[in-house]
Amino acid sequence: MSEGIGLFAIFFAAIFTDNILLTNYLGMCSFLAVSREVKTSLGLGLAVIFVMASTSVLNWLVYYYILVPLDLTYLRFIVFIIVIASFVQIVEMIIERISDVLYAALGIFLPLITVNCAILGVTLFMVIRDYTLKAAFAYGLGSGLGWALAILAMAGIREKMARSRVPRGLEGAGITLIIAGIMALAFMGFSGMINLN
Amino acid sequence: MARGRVKRLFIDDLGANNPVFAQVLGICSTLAVTNVVKNTVVMCAGLVFVVTLSNFTVSSLRKWIPSRTRMMIEVLIIASYVIAFDIVIRAYLPDISRQLGPYVGLIITNCIIMGRAEAFALSNPPTVSLMDGIASGLGYSYVLLSIAFVRELLGSGTIWGARVLGDWWVNWSIMVMAPGAFFTLAILIWIVKGWLLKREQGRSE
Repeated sequence: MSEGIGLFAIFFAAIFTDNILLTNYLGMCSFLAVSREVKTSLGLGLAVIFVMASTSVLNWLVYYYILVPLDLTYLRFIVFIIVIASFVQIVEMIIERISDVLYAALGIFLPLITVNCAILGVTLFMVIRDYTLKAAFAYGLGSGLGWALAILAMAGIREKMARSRVPRGLEGAGITLIIAGIMALAFMGFSGMINLN
Repeated sequence: MARGRVKRLFIDDLGANNPVFAQVLGICSTLAVTNVVKNTVVMCAGLVFVVTLSNFTVSSLRKWIPSRTRMMIEVLIIASYVIAFDIVIRAYLPDISRQLGPYVGLIITNCIIMGRAEAFALSNPPTVSLMDGIASGLGYSYVLLSIAFVRELLGSGTIWGARVLGDWWVNWSIMVMAPGAFFTLAILIWIVKGWLLKREQGRSE
């Protein structure tokens, strides 16, 4: 029972209080580049949720069943990145085969994800915090949802803002960062509820 | 001629073509480690080390790297240097290593390093690539350091852990937290971009 609550706490914290994008600043590059439209953000968000949840479990297995017994933990950066890159590649091939619709919706975003630092970041956090397999899954899924939530909210705001006049020097990245800052402030409101670490 | 070229590289990377301002690349770590100047210095040292050596290595091997698998090979080269750096700071600066946490490993996915390898090292000889690595590393570092300076000063009233502002100063604790990072970077980008736009206007008139 208490384990269930612990898992839920991790899941909840990963979405709100410890949002991977707004409090850990991960995945900013694609966040700034792709958050212009709600539709594309949704596609990328879904792809990130799926890849994050799967790679955190995969990397957990690789880390505790291969690297730790062989005493190769110092190689973890390389191994994690290879696991993530090959996983993304395989998923892309499978999706291309089985569903055109899905490929059109998600496929184009998958290559972008390999270089999304949030994916590697989730794996590294999970190793540093000594999560169990279930906790790693909860954390990966929660972080993915949190990231998707942040980019969707941002895309919604940016679509509304497209017609407003922004000082020229602030156009593009500048104003997006300011909005992100305000969003981070809003998310800090959750922070009394649950704490990770 | 080579010297003129290297000089131009430095001017480009430190000024108008700075990766953080012009392309807004690699800002994950810009935001994450800049709440304290000390950590930022370590992070910057790591970044300069990795980007310089990976640029050099990629460029030396460029004739043997097959173009289909080049991304993977570049990532592996970068990851090897990051591992070396991680082991060194873990041994000599364990405290800072703990504070930086996963962000050292995340140097691997810093788009600037990959970007330099792709855009420069693959098509230029090793020595020039080495110089380019140093230049873009430094260009990135000074932006990081200026952000860290502002954030630590306003957020804790200290620089490098030493008290600078007196007792009258009330810490803006928001600056050391996430929103402060976003705001500081946004304002810095605004200032630099505004200046560049003004200069362009002045030229066209």
